[in-house]
Amino acid sequence: MTHAMTTKEVTQKIIHREKMFILDVRNEEAFQDWKIEGEQFSYLNVPYFDLLDGVEDILDQLPTDQAVLVVCAKEGSSIFVAELLEEAGRTVSYLSGGMKAWSEHLEPISLGSLNETGADRGEVVQFVRIGKGCLSYMIISEGEAVLVDAARMTDVYLDYANERQLTITHVFDTHLHADHISGGREIAEKTGATYWLPPKDATDVTFEYAALEDGSRVQIGDTKIDVRALYSPGHTIGSTSFIVDERYLLTGDILFIDSIGRPDLAGLAEDWVGDLRESLYKTYRELAKDLVVLPAHFMLIEELNEDGSVAEKLDILLVNNHGLNIEDEETFRKMVTENLPPQPNAYQEIRETNMGKQTPDLEAQREMEVGPNRCAVR
Amino acid sequence: MQTIKTDIVLDARGLACPMPIVRTKKTMKTLEPGQVVEVQATDKGSTADLRAWANSTGNQYLGTIEEGDVLRHYVRKSSGDEQEAPAFKSIVTNETVETVRNNPDTLILDVRETAEYAFSHIPNAVNIPLGELETRIGELDTSKTIYVVCRTGSRSDLACQQLDAKGFNVQNVIPGMSDWTYETNQTV
Repeated sequence: MTHAMTTKEVTQKIIHREKMFILDVRNEEAFQDWKIEGEQFSYLNVPYFDLLDGVEDILDQLPTDQAVLVVCAKEGSSIFVAELLEEAGRTVSYLSGGMKAWSEHLEPISLGSLNETGADRGEVVQFVRIGKGCLSYMIISEGEAVLVDAARMTDVYLDYANERQLTITHVFDTHLHADHISGGREIAEKTGATYWLPPKDATDVTFEYAALEDGSRVQIGDTKIDVRALYSPGHTIGSTSFIVDERYLLTGDILFIDSIGRPDLAGLAEDWVGDLRESLYKTYRELAKDLVVLPAHFMLIEELNEDGSVAEKLDILLVNNHGLNIEDEETFRKMVTENLPPQPNAYQEIRETNMGKQTPDLEAQREMEVGPNRCAVR
Repeated sequence: MQTIKTDIVLDARGLACPMPIVRTKKTMKTLEPGQVVEVQATDKGSTADLRAWANSTGNQYLGTIEEGDVLRHYVRKSSGDEQEAPAFKSIVTNETVETVRNNPDTLILDVRETAEYAFSHIPNAVNIPLGELETRIGELDTSKTIYVVCRTGSRSDLACQQLDAKGFNVQNVIPGMSDWTYETNQTV
C-alpha cells in the first residue's frame, strides 16, 4: 500500500523547514497557478496524463535521499502515479485528499496567553489556512471564545471549541471577503453567537447581523479581555480592525506582514485608495507601537515565524513593510491601483455567497475557492 | 442547437480523475485519424486536463458543452496526413475569404466534422463533413463560387478535387480555420 501523507504532516514539514520533494501531477496551468509552498521544498511538475504509460522517464529526476510526495487535485491521480513509482522500486507518499484538502487545512497555532497579570490568562489562537494563506482567529478567556474571519470549514472551529469546552459568543468578519467563503454566519447560527459585519460592507446582504462600528466592544469571560473595533477602510469601505486586550492589532485585509491590502476587489479602487492611505498612514500610526499585528492573510511562506504563526510588532512593520513607507501619495495611488496581481478565482461569486445572495453546494464552494488568495499588493 | 455527430461516445460519468483520461486514451486508440469522440464526464477537473492532454499528444480538443452536471467533451484524433502539399491548384487565403464572404454568389463550405464546426465556424458557412460530401453534393448551389474550408487545408483539398470533378467552381482556403482570426459563430 502506498503511504498517504496528511495535510497536517505536510504543514508540520513546512513549519519545521524540512526538505521534501514534490511531484505535482496536475496539469501545468494548475501547477503554475497554485502549489504547495515550502521554503525547503523542491518541485517537479509532470501531468499524470503524461505518465499513463509508465514513470521510467522521470525516475532519474526523483531524489532518493528525501521524502517524495506525489500531489494532484483530488488524490486519485497521485495514488495512480505513486503506485507506478512503488512498482518501480521507489518509496513515495501521496497527499491525502489532494489540493482540495490542502486548500481546506487549518492549523491552529496558539500565540500565547493574554492579560498576563490576571489570574486567568486568555489566549489568542491563530488558525493558519496554510494552502490559501488565510488567517483566522479565536480569542479565548474563561471558557468563552470569539472568532474573527472564520473560514468555511466551520467544523474545525466548532470541534476545537468543543474539545476545550469553550462557548463561542461572538463571531466577526473584518470585512466582506472576496477570496474565501466566510464560515462566520454558519458558526453563529449553530452556536447562537452574535454575527457581526461592518454595515458599510453589508448593504446587500440577505440576512440579519449585528452592526460592527468603530468603537464596538465585546468582553470575553469575566476578566478584562476586551475586543475593540477600529474602523480602517481601504480594502473594502467597511474594513474594520480589532484591538485585543491592548496587545494585538487584527488588521484584516488592510495590512499584512510584507504587503498591504488591495482596494480593487469590489470594483472601486480609485474611490478607496484614499481610505486605504488614511488607515495605513494615519489610523495605524496613532496606535501603540508595541501592538502585535495579526493579519488576515500571508502571501509568502517566508512570512511564517518559527512556530508557524504569522505575527509581527507594529513598530517593526512601520519600518520594514514597503507599503507603509511610500512618502508620495501619488506613488502610493499608482502602486495600489496599477499593476495589481490577478484577482482571486471567482471573487464576484464569493462576494455574493458571503452576502447570502448565492447558496452554492459544497462542491461548488470548493471550486470557487481554488487557488491562492491574492488579496495583497507588494 | 445543431446536433453534434461523433464517431463514438465514451461514458466516463461518475469516474474520478485519472479515469476519464485513461478511458479517453484507450478509446482514441480504436479510432481512425480524424474521427471524433464525445467524452461524457462529471469530474469538473476533466475539462482542463483533457485540453492539456490533447495538446500534449497532438490530438485536437474541440470544446466542451456543459449540461447540468454532465460535461460533454469533444476531441478529434490527430490525422497524420495533414502536412502533405495540397494537390488542388486553385487556392485562396483566409484574407480573401473574409473580403468575399458576404458576396451573394459566395458559398463557404466547411468540410470539417460537425463537432469542429459547432464550436467555431465562419458566419454563414455551410457544414458538410468530408465523409458525407459525396452523398450530399446535391445540396450545393452550382451557380456559386464555393470556398472550401477545413482546419488546415488538407480535407478541403480532397473536397475541392471531388467538387471540381463534378463541375463546381471551387477554391481551396489555406490555411483555414486553424488560423482564422476574423469573426466566428458557434452553434453549441
